[in-house]
Amino acid sequence: MFDLVKELTGAFGVAGNEENIREVIKNKIQNVLDEVYVDTLGNLIGVKRGNGKKIMVAAHMDEIGVMANFIDEKGYIRFSSIGWVSPFYALGQKVKFKNGTIGAVFYEEKLDEMKNLKLSKMYIDIGAASRAEAEKKVSIGDTAAFVGEAVQEGDMIISKALDDRSGCAVVIETIKNLPKTENEIYFVFTVQEELGLRGAKTAAYGIKPDIAIAVDVTLTGDKPESKPMEVKCGAGPAIKIKDRSVICHPEIKKLLEDCAKRLNIPYQFEILEEGGSDPGAIHLTAGGIPSGAISIPCRYVHSPVETANINDLKHAVMLLRESLV
Amino acid sequence: MLLKELTELNGISGNEDAVREYIKNKVSEMNLECKTDSIGNVIVHKKGSSSDYKIMLSAHMDEIGFIVTGYGENGTLKFKTVGGIDERILPGKRVVIGNSKIPGVIGCKPIHMQEREERGINIKLKSLYIDIGAEKKEEAEKLAPLGDYISFHSEYVEFGEECVKAKALDDRVGCAVLIEMLKGQYEFDLYACFTVQEEVGLRGSEVAAYNVNPDIALIIEGTTCSDVPEVDKQDYSTLLGEGAALTIMDRTSYADKNLVRLIYDLSKKYGIKVQFKQTTTGGNDAGKIQRSRSGVKVASISVPCRYIHSPVSVMSKRDYESCKEIVSLALREMSRNTDYIQTIKNGGTVDV
Amino acid sequence: MECISVLKELSVHTAVSGYEKSMADYIKESFGKDCDSVEEDRFYNVIGIKKGNKSNKKIMITAHYDEIGFLVSGIDEKGFLRFTSVGGIDPKILLAQEVIVHGRSDLLGIIGAKPPHLLKPEEAKKAVKMGELRIDMGMTPEKVREQVSIGDLITFKAVPFELQGKKLSSKTLDNRCGVTSLIEILKELRPFKFDSDIYVVATTQEEVGLTGVEIASYNLQPDIAIVIDACHGDIPDAPKGEAYALGKGPAVAIGPNLHPKLTKKVIEIAKSENIPYQIDIERGDTGTEAWATQVSRSGIPTILLSIPVRYMHTTVETVHANDIENTAKLAARFIVKAETEMEELLCF
Repeated sequence: MFDLVKELTGAFGVAGNEENIREVIKNKIQNVLDEVYVDTLGNLIGVKRGNGKKIMVAAHMDEIGVMANFIDEKGYIRFSSIGWVSPFYALGQKVKFKNGTIGAVFYEEKLDEMKNLKLSKMYIDIGAASRAEAEKKVSIGDTAAFVGEAVQEGDMIISKALDDRSGCAVVIETIKNLPKTENEIYFVFTVQEELGLRGAKTAAYGIKPDIAIAVDVTLTGDKPESKPMEVKCGAGPAIKIKDRSVICHPEIKKLLEDCAKRLNIPYQFEILEEGGSDPGAIHLTAGGIPSGAISIPCRYVHSPVETANINDLKHAVMLLRESLV
Repeated sequence: MLLKELTELNGISGNEDAVREYIKNKVSEMNLECKTDSIGNVIVHKKGSSSDYKIMLSAHMDEIGFIVTGYGENGTLKFKTVGGIDERILPGKRVVIGNSKIPGVIGCKPIHMQEREERGINIKLKSLYIDIGAEKKEEAEKLAPLGDYISFHSEYVEFGEECVKAKALDDRVGCAVLIEMLKGQYEFDLYACFTVQEEVGLRGSEVAAYNVNPDIALIIEGTTCSDVPEVDKQDYSTLLGEGAALTIMDRTSYADKNLVRLIYDLSKKYGIKVQFKQTTTGGNDAGKIQRSRSGVKVASISVPCRYIHSPVSVMSKRDYESCKEIVSLALREMSRNTDYIQTIKNGGTVDV
Repeated sequence: MECISVLKELSVHTAVSGYEKSMADYIKESFGKDCDSVEEDRFYNVIGIKKGNKSNKKIMITAHYDEIGFLVSGIDEKGFLRFTSVGGIDPKILLAQEVIVHGRSDLLGIIGAKPPHLLKPEEAKKAVKMGELRIDMGMTPEKVREQVSIGDLITFKAVPFELQGKKLSSKTLDNRCGVTSLIEILKELRPFKFDSDIYVVATTQEEVGLTGVEIASYNLQPDIAIVIDACHGDIPDAPKGEAYALGKGPAVAIGPNLHPKLTKKVIEIAKSENIPYQIDIERGDTGTEAWATQVSRSGIPTILLSIPVRYMHTTVETVHANDIENTAKLAARFIVKAETEMEELLCF
């Protein structure tokens, strides 16, 4: 499992630029499923045919990042965020453009107080001495992701982009160990989740499933002086009850809870007070699709050091697999 | 002149009637058929020679403005904004109210009467009012009933070097470009959609895109141009006079990269000035169109407008010409090589 | 006075957004008498259908029946519940409030308040935040954990209270007053025969983002939608122009969200039939289901009638019975007219 997570988190896929990660995943599922295709917005969709219920499984393959939007005479790059990027998390980090160019992220020193730090007061230094030199490597509109290779410490994985490559890993593992079922299952690796759940919406419209289950990360309340939240790393996958974008359908919540009980695996309930997820877009689509989610508890979400427990991922695979039968 | 006539019409979001009528007339002069859908979008379908593909052009007819919400005892009007307007710009502006175009001015307390602390702060929208010269509340009610729409009064004027000042350049420039494009004949089916209610949440385009269900959509817009004093260079969204702007990403959509590349490369190849919009703020109809049904390939081509959403928007005629040329070039090339459309649909890149 | 007793009964039932199933049967039964059939969709929208002779056109009337409430988000070491709201609720109104916690059984809980003499001066000035409040279950932590789990629903305790002059005060009058008017509309329509199909829909998840109506509009694809919801009733400190008098009839909304010709028509009808009404100017998003219906699929021409409700999203929401009756009367007359003049009304 760790090797898979490491490979997936290492692939480039800033929202709207999912080409690399799509190829990586495609190669892994191509020969296992009945059909694999890419839709208009770039969602990767793998189908296991059947005559039963139509189930959509969604994990987003995009990650947050930055986009170059101005290069000054000295070769420094100004940028905007793609998805929610905290200036504090970004400060002092390395970012990597799609072509491999690495840059340091820093801020204008005249800033009076650190709490006023904003992305607009920050820049990327790729070591270029002039605009002309910088432009040889980076053009306006090019995107970059955090650098943060996956490592394992005990049961914990620390990496960039666990949001939501850990979900992708869970879905890929499930595809490789498909349960026997008559159900027709659409495994969708969605795009542009970080820009507003965009890929999931058009994919759900195209598929029109009977139900949908997403696999994504959620926040936790187990850190020093955390905001109160019941979810903990290592206490099993979380069954989503609500976030800012959706109240999960009671039937899906029950389905997942029953599966977890049947498997006798640890599980917990998730009420997320901030942020949305793909079910938010899916449940409203094409006349209503009952939707729910399996969430992987993850600390420091949207930083280069996202941290999750590998056992939660393994249990999530078991839970997802059972729910598809 | 098309742009002059279009910008001098009033069409606040939700009351686009005058613009719609004008466009319908123009279109029927060209012997084309048009439909008005349930929300008020005008959709002109120009049948192609082979009709294998559908390309949608979209421009919104509506503009920002105000709506009458009440009356003061002394015959003044209370109002609210429709769409995003910086309330700081309002004191002392001329407006017209309703279909009968009752003239009015936005009043506020003169500086002499302001207390010391009042002077230091902006006047809030709720303490502004419109004076139409009525003396009693009843008179005002009769002339400007509740719910009447109010627009800025501002004539189309050409000035400076190839510049234009007008209200509602956002997005009558787009409407003008669409009308020009309808003159061409194409291989694919062309749908020119003149949409409503963009300024209150991209409402019309959502419905239009659903109805048309296109393969590719080009959104023609007036966009922000912030190359003005007191703004840092890195915050310039577009530059006046540097050609039409292609959007890479904004708050509502991520344009299809291959489509944007194709349009950019074509423009360069044929020597038409073009620029990228540098900032990722703002949004337009592309956001809704891209996510219509199972997804649509979109790109936005915009004319840079300084002081957008004010009565004194400024654009360069050169940028407007560039926008027309680029859109027309893109359509012509896709008509000549319909495999471009298929390639873009399949997510591939086109080399020109 | 029948209207008040229907409303009172409706206000006592619970249907927190997303979990409306608990109330769906009750609404089905209320619609049943006057409909050819009643259906419930997968998101618990309840759809009463009056079949037309030709069924060539469809008119949909909606009012949401979900309510704001809370979910248990945690249990602290002393057995107090932490909670999060479903829908928008002002934390200031929650101090010293009675709630029902729907655990293994329905349990009374009390939202307490820190005693005033223990408040530091700066605390006394600042409004309380949702995250600082707890529900006291009056049980040991062990007992609480046995009875209650994360995600359990919490609702306001219902205490209907009849005030002077045909006014009712209770929880959830937003928008059970709308649902009451749906039932009244069905009664008003009894004498008429229609060519079109009429759909009366009690919708779900309005309070969390217009979910139910978005789904219902997509599935039913009506030609016209009439949305009935609550608007702010007049109170002394309300900003002028944003509150509507109780007892002076429904507020008819005007603005980009609504179809101009249909709106004009409904006002004409109110005038000619002597039904009191008020005008509600909406410069953009009405914050009601009309915002979702208008752009469903190919777009649905929509009108919005609102019933003034004082003290919205509190436990003492207050409405005037006449406003509900007049809303129903106006909507019913409009349906009769719109049904025959549809073609002409819908063209721009």
